[in-house]
Amino acid sequence: MEWETVIGLEIHAQLATKSKIFSSASTAYGAEPNTQACAVDLGLPGVLPVVNTEVIHMAAKFGLATNSTVAKRSVFDRKNYFYPDLPKGYQISQLELPIVHDGKLDIELEDGTKKTIGITRAHLEEDAGKSLHEDFHGMTGIDLNRAGTPLLEIVSEPDIRSAKEAVAYMKKIHSLVQYLEICDGNMAEGSFRCDANVSVRPKGQEAFGTRAEIKNINSFRFVERAINHEVERQIDVIEGGGKVVQETRLYDADKDETRSMRSKEEANDYRYFPDPDLLPVIIDDAYIENARKALPELPDARRQRFINELGISDYDAGILTASRELANFYETVVSDTSDAKLAANWVIGDFSARLNKEDLAISQSPVSAETLAGMLKRIEDNTISGKIAKEVFDAMWKGEGDADSVIENKGLKQITDDSAIETMIDEIIANSPNQLEQYRAGKDKLFGYFVGQVMKVSQGKANPAQVNDILKKKLNG
Amino acid sequence: MYHTKTLAELSAMLEAGEVTSVELTQSFLDRIKQFDGELNSFVTVTEELALAQAKAADKARASGKAGPLTGIPIAHKDIFCTEGVKTSCGSKMLDNFISPYSATVVEKMRDAGVVMLGKTNMDEFAMGSSNETSFYGPVKNPWNTQAVPGGSSGGSAASVAARLAPASTGTDTGGSIRQPASLCGITGLKPTYGRISRYGMIAFASSLDQAGPMAQSAEDCALLLNAMAGFDSRDSTSMERDVDDYSASLNNSIEGLKIGLPKEYFSEGLDAGVAKQVDDAIAQYRAMGAEIIDISLPNTHLAVPVYYVVAPAECSSNLSRFDGVRFGYRCEDPKDLEDLYKRSRGEGFGAEVKRRIMVGAYALSAGYYDAYYLKSQKLRRLISEDFSKAFEQVDVIMGPTAPSTAFNIGEKTDDPVSMYLSDIYTIAVNLAGLPGMSVPAGFSNNMPVGLQIIGNYFEESRLLNVAHQYQQKTDWHKQIPEAFV
Amino acid sequence: MSLGPDDVKKIAHLARLGINESDIEGYADSLSSILGLVEDMNTVNTDDVLPMAHPQDVSQRLRVDEVTESNQREKFQAIAPLTEDGLYLVPQVIE
Repeated sequence: MEWETVIGLEIHAQLATKSKIFSSASTAYGAEPNTQACAVDLGLPGVLPVVNTEVIHMAAKFGLATNSTVAKRSVFDRKNYFYPDLPKGYQISQLELPIVHDGKLDIELEDGTKKTIGITRAHLEEDAGKSLHEDFHGMTGIDLNRAGTPLLEIVSEPDIRSAKEAVAYMKKIHSLVQYLEICDGNMAEGSFRCDANVSVRPKGQEAFGTRAEIKNINSFRFVERAINHEVERQIDVIEGGGKVVQETRLYDADKDETRSMRSKEEANDYRYFPDPDLLPVIIDDAYIENARKALPELPDARRQRFINELGISDYDAGILTASRELANFYETVVSDTSDAKLAANWVIGDFSARLNKEDLAISQSPVSAETLAGMLKRIEDNTISGKIAKEVFDAMWKGEGDADSVIENKGLKQITDDSAIETMIDEIIANSPNQLEQYRAGKDKLFGYFVGQVMKVSQGKANPAQVNDILKKKLNG
Repeated sequence: MYHTKTLAELSAMLEAGEVTSVELTQSFLDRIKQFDGELNSFVTVTEELALAQAKAADKARASGKAGPLTGIPIAHKDIFCTEGVKTSCGSKMLDNFISPYSATVVEKMRDAGVVMLGKTNMDEFAMGSSNETSFYGPVKNPWNTQAVPGGSSGGSAASVAARLAPASTGTDTGGSIRQPASLCGITGLKPTYGRISRYGMIAFASSLDQAGPMAQSAEDCALLLNAMAGFDSRDSTSMERDVDDYSASLNNSIEGLKIGLPKEYFSEGLDAGVAKQVDDAIAQYRAMGAEIIDISLPNTHLAVPVYYVVAPAECSSNLSRFDGVRFGYRCEDPKDLEDLYKRSRGEGFGAEVKRRIMVGAYALSAGYYDAYYLKSQKLRRLISEDFSKAFEQVDVIMGPTAPSTAFNIGEKTDDPVSMYLSDIYTIAVNLAGLPGMSVPAGFSNNMPVGLQIIGNYFEESRLLNVAHQYQQKTDWHKQIPEAFV
Repeated sequence: MSLGPDDVKKIAHLARLGINESDIEGYADSLSSILGLVEDMNTVNTDDVLPMAHPQDVSQRLRVDEVTESNQREKFQAIAPLTEDGLYLVPQVIE
């Protein structure tokens, strides 16, 4: 039988506020345990929550960027359950009236296929603390620094039909929240993570199959693997005559499998109700208009502008605008140089490859946009060749100075003096009588041999175009 | 000698230099020592702290930096967090809880120079109408020590009635200031919801809870409310609105005041002796030039049912934080996490608290939410609209505070529903969020009767004025139980 | 609405309240009588009534996003039942 996969994603994006959603404690990552958990975060008796204005603004921006409705009236609810990392015994979230709902997002797959994914809702809630399972005499340690960190939970419609689409969607949201500067997108620190609701159904059937929820996936690679694994598992279960059970499963990246989290809770009854300590959040048209004005240029618009104004390819523009940081970097490079295509090639090529290889963020790059632009200018004005540029780039990466000083110190300046090149060529021809004879006898391929020799003698510095011209003249001479 | 004075009188004496705060404070501490063994109105007496605060108050006064409350000793209900002092909320759960911070009310009082004598006994987590659910044992009614003082602010009411403190703070979720004030013969005010910060006041039902003053007279309540009221940025439900000078309008004439008498407050279930005292009080108002108008609050019968869904629902969630992990009671040697939760909470909470948590959890649970919780929220609006309509017609509403005088200790403990009905006249006011007072209006069978006065939103000044004018013509509020004179 | 012992056990578990077996019956009775009291709500039609969650029709005030809290761990953990290395300790949580 042919199966169709149905996926809905719930993405948790930590909002990049200074203070928590309901308290004035810091949200900074990595502090000593419980040093950023204030009385409100700890749920001490008598404390009360007050909403951080920035979370409303950020959620509104997200809503506008995804063509969603930004609710003029939204309400915080309590989700009641007991867990040691949940200090109050309830999580403040939004159930009935979320701040953002009914939006959509266009995604593009690697093969260029485009698709629109519906966004059911995006609601605000507080994060829980962390349980540390290292051995404290057989006990678990609780760190509540993260408790109360603002989250935007972005819930998609079950419009996603493959793991690849899920990855494309997640990447697009990841890019968008960074464009909007509402989330730092740091997946290693848990600032951006997702749960996937996965089910399968026979192709052509309209009703959804029973779904399993895979919890806490914190990388694009895992999202693809976890979903693929889960789809296989469900098909195996059904084809083996069994039934998929609605349950929560955890993806174990080490074993590359999902496993049931039965221990978590039988059927949860969260007893949601409006939080009586908080009032409805009311925003008006003017507020929404101001948020709209505060929106930066979004990825799709920027991509189109790159194509139109800079004349680069749709493909390159897509890659460059996938991340706001990369697009910003590229624009800085371009503003200083005249060849946008050359700049695109370098930013997408050597620069990105080097970052990837060393697992660095753009902000951590040893080569700044200005430095890279400085080098590209030397390619444009023929001071160095593209080939030598790779050597210059490598030196710049290692901190040996900017392009000009590297070129100077290493003597990498291109030789463009015709007579100097002629002298070199004359010498090589004189030393290669056999090759000359064969070439003149019709063995054209040997042209490359002569170019190679010139490059060798000039240590790659001879201007390739000039070398070609002069060689041709001399060899055919 | 000092204890027979009202707070206003003591304030004048301090101002005139006739007494120091240290002398005053010491005299009340002595009375607490002498009488509270029997009354049990205090959970904690903060003698050292009180004397230190009194000294500081005298010093402030000497340097010319004194307000009307500087150096006045009072007691706080043990529901208000007090930094460095045990804050038990009447529960075993918090018997070991030394609060690391102070409630806004406590801070505001301290800033006004008020001296804290101690923390008063109360029904556990403010759930009760008789003070019998306290982990620290029942409080006795100073008028008859066999009787309850009412609740949940029973310790506060009894301490003021017996003049162990010139005044106390209380909280009122369904009548917890007004009902014990009525049963103990003192004056108590529950302000408009949002008028006084709830920050640091241990929550019972967040959308109903409101702090207020409990004192001998309306004049004293006004002085206290001046210090307690005001916006607090730490409480989202606190109102950003100017605070009146509540003392300023006490002496306004009430000639032509329109008083509404809801027929539902004078029907079956009302004790005849109570009814008579309330009628007499109304007659007094008529004599003072007020116009008496019969009105109806047709949804009154729904108030108790609605309250016993709303309050338990909110409390079931509010009390989830008491889990034995970060503060408060933790059971011995929990064998696993579930055991930690269940035994800490099972052993730390008393029966009434557990009962209400369970009612609330049930009312919110899947399949019952619409029938119970949502229904109660809708009816809450109808109850509230009854009042809005009434206030188009009248300035204040009057009736009895409680259907009977104080009942005996143990009389209703086995029957929670009959206990709940003792708040039948007070509960609707909390559901609507309106201000309400109880004012002493005489005695029935030698036990105090309270007159309830309900005002429109933020009309505390008017309530205090109306009550004060009555207290200019009557001396019920000046009566002190014989054993404590 | 009348509740039996099994209902009480279910609710007690939901609310994580340890109840002695011998007290279950008593709770079943008192909870049932409270729910009986509450039944009166059904005498009124509320189809067209908006629920009221707060006494007053006001909206949430928003707080400026700034950090004003400082580390008070020592003070807060002085009242904690069990801590180690700055962490609150609970019986092992099994995931």
